[in-house]
Amino acid sequence: MTETAHIEHRDYTGAKLGMWLFLFTEILLFGGMFLLYSIYRTTYTADFHEAAKEMSVTIGAINTVILLTSSLTMVLSIAAIKQGAKARSLVLQAATVILGGVFLLNKYFEWTEHIRHGYYPDSPELLAMGHGKVLYFGLYYVMTGIHGIHVLIGAGIICFTFILTMRGVVTDKDYIKLENTGLFWHLVDVIWIYLFPLFYLIT
Amino acid sequence: MEEKQEHHIIVRARTFVLVWTALVILTAVTIKAAEMRMGEWSMLANLLIASTKASLVLWFFMHLKYEKKIFKMLFLVPIATITIIIGMTFFDIWYR
Repeated sequence: MTETAHIEHRDYTGAKLGMWLFLFTEILLFGGMFLLYSIYRTTYTADFHEAAKEMSVTIGAINTVILLTSSLTMVLSIAAIKQGAKARSLVLQAATVILGGVFLLNKYFEWTEHIRHGYYPDSPELLAMGHGKVLYFGLYYVMTGIHGIHVLIGAGIICFTFILTMRGVVTDKDYIKLENTGLFWHLVDVIWIYLFPLFYLIT
Repeated sequence: MEEKQEHHIIVRARTFVLVWTALVILTAVTIKAAEMRMGEWSMLANLLIASTKASLVLWFFMHLKYEKKIFKMLFLVPIATITIIIGMTFFDIWYR
């Protein structure tokens, strides 16, 4: 009797399906912005190319590698908890949060640099440059901004799973919370994979 | 019991490190492709490389490879939706 009392009903397929459905809405959210981007880029091709020269490919590439590495540490932390390696999973989760933080820090430096050059929404410099550049920077701030918020939220959730893992709520028997957090983190990575060439590599 | 089997797939860390290596190499390739100034072709090349990278993340990191068939099928829904919306919008722009 005591055996059966401890058996809980767990529906992993349901939990994961729910997460994927949420991720689909995220794909459509960014999809709408990608649509807007592609239309304006076709309309103002030359302006977009000109505006993209303001971007530092080096910082963009560094941030891409940082985010890819954070995805690796995330997936390894799940692999670790599955094998019952709690300490290893905790270290990898912490590494993921730190890499996310470094990504945002780079983004902060980038944005500061743009604003210093007078490229910010409604700035007199930008308005004097015509529609194409205004649209490029508008889309740049909105898309990387919403992506940045996702990184921030993702890092916050990983802090949460870190505590849950520490307290023994997330274990080798029950790791769906960590797995779904991983799904979110990877999707944020996937979106950046597209943002990088679209905003940095079109000169 | 089916549940148990499914959730005990343990992918080796080596696989993930290999996928990560491929992703970093593709990032370098996409930067090189952009530097080659092939005009519209570099745009196409960049999008193809980005899609390859995204597929690697989805297939391995997001475990789509190891999921039930329904996950793979459902994933086609948002992709098809976006493709149709973008496709139809461009037909409008081109033939306006």
